Amino acid sequence: MNRKKSILIMIIGVLLIAACSREPTSLVVMTHDSFAISEETIAAFEEENNIDVVFLPSGDAGSTLNRAILTKETPIADILYGVDNTFLSRAIDEDLFDAYIPPLLNEIPDSFKLDDQNRVVPIDYGDVCINYDKQFFRENNLEIPSSLDNLTDPKYANLLVVENPATSSPGLAFMLATIAEYGEERYSRYWRELKENGAVIVNDWETAYYTNFSGSVGQGAQPMVVSYGTSPAAEVIFAEEELSESPTASLVGKNMCFRQIEFAGILKGSKNRALAEKFIDFMLSTQFQEDIPLNMFVFPVNQNAHIPQEFLDYIQIPDHPAAVDTDEIAENREVWIEAWRELMLQ
Amino acid sequence: MASILGHTFTPGSDAFSTDQINWNITGKAVGFTFYQAFLSTLITLLVGIPSSYLFGRFSFRGKNLLRILSTLPFILPTVVVAAGFNALIGPKGWLNLLIMDILQISTPPIRLLNSIPAILIAHVFYNTSIVIRVVGTAWEQLNQKLENAARMLGATPKKVFWKVTFPLLLPSILSATILVFLFDFTSFGVILMMGGAAFTTIEVEIYIQTMQFLNLKMAGILSLIQLTFSMLLTFLSLRISGNKNVPIISMIEGEGLKIPDSLNKKLFVFILTVILVILLVSPTIALLLRSILTFSMSNPTKEMASWAFTFENYRGLFFNDRHSLFFVPPITALRNSVLFAGATMTIALILGIMISVSYSKSERSNKYLDFLVMLPLGTSAVTLGMGYLSAFSSIPNSIRWFPVLIPMAHALIALPFVIRIIQPAIHSIPENLHEAAMTLGVPEKKLWRYLDLPLIKKPLATAAIYAFAVSLGEFGATTFLTRPEYPTLPIAIYRYLNLPGGENYGRAMAMASILLIICGSGFFIIERLQIKVKGGNQ
Repeated sequence: MNRKKSILIMIIGVLLIAACSREPTSLVVMTHDSFAISEETIAAFEEENNIDVVFLPSGDAGSTLNRAILTKETPIADILYGVDNTFLSRAIDEDLFDAYIPPLLNEIPDSFKLDDQNRVVPIDYGDVCINYDKQFFRENNLEIPSSLDNLTDPKYANLLVVENPATSSPGLAFMLATIAEYGEERYSRYWRELKENGAVIVNDWETAYYTNFSGSVGQGAQPMVVSYGTSPAAEVIFAEEELSESPTASLVGKNMCFRQIEFAGILKGSKNRALAEKFIDFMLSTQFQEDIPLNMFVFPVNQNAHIPQEFLDYIQIPDHPAAVDTDEIAENREVWIEAWRELMLQ
Repeated sequence: MASILGHTFTPGSDAFSTDQINWNITGKAVGFTFYQAFLSTLITLLVGIPSSYLFGRFSFRGKNLLRILSTLPFILPTVVVAAGFNALIGPKGWLNLLIMDILQISTPPIRLLNSIPAILIAHVFYNTSIVIRVVGTAWEQLNQKLENAARMLGATPKKVFWKVTFPLLLPSILSATILVFLFDFTSFGVILMMGGAAFTTIEVEIYIQTMQFLNLKMAGILSLIQLTFSMLLTFLSLRISGNKNVPIISMIEGEGLKIPDSLNKKLFVFILTVILVILLVSPTIALLLRSILTFSMSNPTKEMASWAFTFENYRGLFFNDRHSLFFVPPITALRNSVLFAGATMTIALILGIMISVSYSKSERSNKYLDFLVMLPLGTSAVTLGMGYLSAFSSIPNSIRWFPVLIPMAHALIALPFVIRIIQPAIHSIPENLHEAAMTLGVPEKKLWRYLDLPLIKKPLATAAIYAFAVSLGEFGATTFLTRPEYPTLPIAIYRYLNLPGGENYGRAMAMASILLIICGSGFFIIERLQIKVKGGNQ
């Protein structure tokens, strides 16, 4: 009996040691759930650097940031990807990152570099825009709205579905667009008018797009939905049959779309600094950047990256996307959202 | 559990400044939480108790199938339920299209989505099976001799019900009620997706405070509030049912079940069956149908002609078109889901039995045990998830991700359920049965296997089914523990629904249908096994 026990203990000991010693040979990247990239791209990095890349999907953007903050004393990853411009100030205030200036940063347009201390690096961007159902507007001979003001016009009554900024990232983006257009003082009035004009408000994008929107397979009641600028292209790429044109398109009037930029940064306390730097470089390389559009349905920041044809064919890029200063967002986010909710809750 | 609570309450305990709390919204949240939970539970009972009578006293064709089908909703992620409802009663849903066709009107008559009725219906859809299984099993095991004796002594059927049957059923009814109420009280997905932005509950507020505002202090306080109310209500329900336990009389399988003979009885069975099918089964069928249909976006009309049958959604599940690193092969997801569910069921049952048996005769310690046991049910899933994170953040990475953590976490969530179902059953075994058996020569060690186990096999099966179901459908609290190498079916479904496009939607429906079929099969197997367990009669 004693011999068996000691053999068992030895085996357990060896296993534990083996388990613990596996750590240094992998690079851990914490991401949100919408992160996607192709196997070949990651395999290329892994082979070149002789390392395993492990991804940690951690919920939506807010949830991922939460996780990073909760574990910042003993970080569970080397790199955090997925902080967007609405959460940027918060992430920086929590002192999560170590600065790094990748060589390719020079080639990225300045408009994306929202952190002048380079604690985070921009990786991709996308616009949150209202998508509309082309067929509905055709059949009813309706002009498409060209401004946010238009949406309060009675001829568009009951035709818009919006998401709750408190529970949805595109919802928040759209609310910020209205703040960019009308300012803090007047945006409440705008929303009251929208509400009186019958705007339907749901809590999440899935419900809005797949249940309420008439332009997709859900065949809902509203022909306008707050979604992403790339959604019309996705409708073609993921159609169940060959489509010659997209059934939807975006409204790209002034301040009608909100630009979201996503960042990545090296977490403080990472034990793989050298490799993490290489991975950030890799994320800005054309190979990685060209892989982004069809996997995540956003645009690469690297202007040398080639954009897929479907994107060029079916996506409308706004000339004047709305933007709000990231520090202002950090300061006033709660106030703005609570005020909005007071207005909309019954 | 203790470490989770510790970490949960630390963020909350140092927020004594109340200026961060928006009392207006909090007040509305608390009020509405109670309102919708109360109403939902009431309607669930209204549907569930007659249904328990149906299942507990009658035998009819398709009974087992109906029971399995009506339990399936329990495992469905809310996103999928919303899709099923939409397919049925959405503006261009099939039911609406049908009615518009028949009555020749142009606007859809049923406009239920995004409203309080939608929330209530969804809750009834999810939870009626709890009442059916818990109360139905109790009803079936009720000794009819008591009722017959009362009739012989001259009582009218009405009196028999209220004076004999109902008091005997009360403990199980209360068990079911508190379970359903707590589910509705902490309900998240349903409120979020079926209700819309005009409504908020405590759970939704916790989610917003945590995820949107990263305000863990406020989230902690709200969790405390929610927990306090949950525990209070649990105490209340336990007080009302007292510690009365109805002695189980052993019966031959199916002894109390009769085929309906009179016209009244036949009508009752028929009508109730139809109602149950409409309420509990049709959305599931709608889902299954939706997965084998494709909608033509190049010709989207209101006619049925835009639809065509196809298995493409299932075929497409196996293809990783984008060569995505995060592609979830359906077989893998299935295997993982089933393995986790099986492990959860085993862990929850073993722990549940152990804990139930340890309920002593002392009332006071029972109360504390009950309190501890119901804790996970009354706790917010978001808080639980955050708690796991804090509790486990000090453990080295490689151990943290051992897959065994997932069934353990699932078992924690399933445990209150299991105990609420098994504990009354165990304590209903009359003492003298043990003594009689021992007199007849059964060694004490074998008492459990030959006497107790067969006597409680039906509640055990019910508990097993729910532990299995909880694990299969779990998505919220355990997303913090999952790794991409061990994807489960709900995670795969969400991945597809995160992107626009008919293909993605169709594949999500196909995955959901696979989930349904696997779960149904699991239920079927568990029920079969339960019948095979020998014993139950002298």
